[in-house]
Amino acid sequence: MNEFVFFLNNVVIAGSVAGSIYAIGAVGVTLVFSIMRFAHFAHADMMTFGAFMVLLLTLLFPGAGSAVGLPTAVVMLPLAMVLTALLAVGIDRVFYKPLRAHGVQPIVMVIGSLGVTLLLQGLIRLFAGTGGQNLYVDDRKEIFRLALPFEGARAPIVITEPQIILFVLTITAVVGLHLFLTRSRLGKAMRAMSDNPDLAQASGINTNLIVAVTWVIAGGLAAIAGTLLSLDVTFKPDLSFFILLPIFAAAIVGGVGHPFGAIAGGFVVGFAETLAVFNWSVLLRPFRDSLPEWLTQAGNLAFVGTEYKIVVPFFILVAILVWRPTGIFKGKVI
Amino acid sequence: MSTQREQRTDLVTTPSRLPVRELTLFATLLVAVLGVYAVMGAAYSTRMLVEAACYAILALGLTIQWGYAGQFNAGVMGFVALGGFSAMAFSVPVNEAFWASELPGELGVALLYALAAVLVVFGATRLDRLGVPKKLRTLIAVVLAVVLYLVVVNVLRGVTGEIESRAGFIGGLGLPPWTGWIVGGALAGGIGYFIGKVCLGLRSDYLAIATLGIAEIIKAFLKNSDWLTRGTATVSPLPWPTPGPAELGFTLARALYLSLTAVLIAAIFFLLHRAYHAPWGRMIRAIRDNEISAAAMGKDINRRRLEIFVLGCILMGIGGGVLGTFNSLFDPQGYLPLNHTFLVLVMVILGGPGNNLGTIFGAVAVYIIWIMSEPLALYLMQLAVTIGEGAFGWDAPSNLDSRALQARVFVIGLLITLVLRFAPKGLLPEKVKHHG
Repeated sequence: MNEFVFFLNNVVIAGSVAGSIYAIGAVGVTLVFSIMRFAHFAHADMMTFGAFMVLLLTLLFPGAGSAVGLPTAVVMLPLAMVLTALLAVGIDRVFYKPLRAHGVQPIVMVIGSLGVTLLLQGLIRLFAGTGGQNLYVDDRKEIFRLALPFEGARAPIVITEPQIILFVLTITAVVGLHLFLTRSRLGKAMRAMSDNPDLAQASGINTNLIVAVTWVIAGGLAAIAGTLLSLDVTFKPDLSFFILLPIFAAAIVGGVGHPFGAIAGGFVVGFAETLAVFNWSVLLRPFRDSLPEWLTQAGNLAFVGTEYKIVVPFFILVAILVWRPTGIFKGKVI
Repeated sequence: MSTQREQRTDLVTTPSRLPVRELTLFATLLVAVLGVYAVMGAAYSTRMLVEAACYAILALGLTIQWGYAGQFNAGVMGFVALGGFSAMAFSVPVNEAFWASELPGELGVALLYALAAVLVVFGATRLDRLGVPKKLRTLIAVVLAVVLYLVVVNVLRGVTGEIESRAGFIGGLGLPPWTGWIVGGALAGGIGYFIGKVCLGLRSDYLAIATLGIAEIIKAFLKNSDWLTRGTATVSPLPWPTPGPAELGFTLARALYLSLTAVLIAAIFFLLHRAYHAPWGRMIRAIRDNEISAAAMGKDINRRRLEIFVLGCILMGIGGGVLGTFNSLFDPQGYLPLNHTFLVLVMVILGGPGNNLGTIFGAVAVYIIWIMSEPLALYLMQLAVTIGEGAFGWDAPSNLDSRALQARVFVIGLLITLVLRFAPKGLLPEKVKHHG
């Protein structure tokens, strides 16, 4: 039973955490792709920027959280979302819009977004240094240990406060996005533009407004994902290149341009990662007596070591590109 | 009638002229190099030039991918690291402690297991030819692959752990460095073939994502395989193909190495120049400029793309080997996306993608700026701090040096966006010849 709890802690909870973060990130990437038709590499750094804004605000108003009963970082999140959304719109106006106006190829936009990545990273590192920092400035990270009501289950399920907030926020964001895209006029216009930009423009949709709205949503979601990632571990200014690959893999697995596919893809990638680094010999331990000896002898049955975690999203990416480049949910054929 | 035969000026080959732009730019570059020599001394400046020459090889590799064929490789770092690893593995002296024990045999057996496993899985994917239903074949192949993978990895883990504890690492082969450069190019080309095979039929964004990923994976592998590379413990010194500084002194030894790299660049430049003007080069550009019409002409687009991508990766592997040998230190953690991917990208797009001369100019010019920005940024930071302390009573952060270096990240990013916006064809644009 303890082994099962270990599995729950290390795979189900950890996988849901990673999956939620990848899902929120991938939704932004996929929205930007469906409206502007390029892979936005600066997304991971917008996440970092959002987390950095939260860090700054938390340092400015350290006592704000205790008034509400939540961590200060979470109270500051809406403000950071607004700031990141403004940044995203500003970046689009300054860097991407002129390129679009020139009618460049999408791949040039990709290179431009890499330039923006470095700009943001340089700025953040200049002010925040290169080391990791804890977003819990004044308050303590709550850790809940839930004992299971079973015979023989001594180990508790461990879940932390930011993880619960993460799940709540993910569900809120997904439901909100769903309602926005299917019920509101603006959301419908966005979907129309994603399907056929020329037709959308011809039928009187203000494409500039749609682009701006897309950036606002992408920026806000990036701020959520970055902050919750930093709350779960620590704030690191240079994590962007590691988080980019899983996010893109998630967006491609779900079908590029498919917001709900991106959410599914995020969880696929997150669970694949945790399943691949999980040491399966732990689960074999209770059946020690009835199994052949050579199987119980194997000490480490993890597929990859934790240091090779990044191989997993890459492998998923390659597999999906080989077998089904349009993704699970038939995204845009590329 | 007369309008039909009218000559359009933009369709005729431009008559050969004095290349004013090229001459001005290279003269400026020469002045800059001489300036660095005057300020920083001969040994330092020669080292800078050698490194710039190594980067020029990398930039040539990227310019044929991006400039000739429009493929964007965001993982130059990985191919450079492979080249550096190969240069290290071939040139470092033989490790007697490893070869004297029974470990080489065990490692060989483990590798044979791996080979056998690959063959078995490959055989399983061909089961449908024996009449096995396709779905069952896929299932068998996947299950076999997972089980055999676990077995092989467990065997390999045992052997490599043993090597790390008893012999340190497997050591090198004690061969001349150029063998390592060639093999490094081949390794990089092999990885490039795999990536290209998967991604080149799709949109170019996918290539960028996949190369970015493979670069991080190669780095993670080299960093964590202590038995192969000593990981974070780093390997040094790597022997040079030319007499080293111990015999000739720094300046002369580096100058000799510089002449070696110059010969290498000249050879690559000449071959690329011939290829560019050959029918093959025309075909590559035709595919880049209009894929559909090239396909209609019967060109095998994906195969040509794969060719040029692999060629670029080979050049990057060779350049990485030359650079690694020159640094005389193999440190997997020293390979950074900024230094080895984006710097090369800036060199290419600033110099002129598709123009080999422009690329070499870009490589040297950007490398000088890059090297010089470090002391400059530090100086500016200190200036700001002294002013700030005097006027506003700041207390400056202590890790000023490392923060000043972060300014370079910003500068490179700014440079990329500015060049894309204001000089998308670079300082020396590709010369497009039209035939009337």
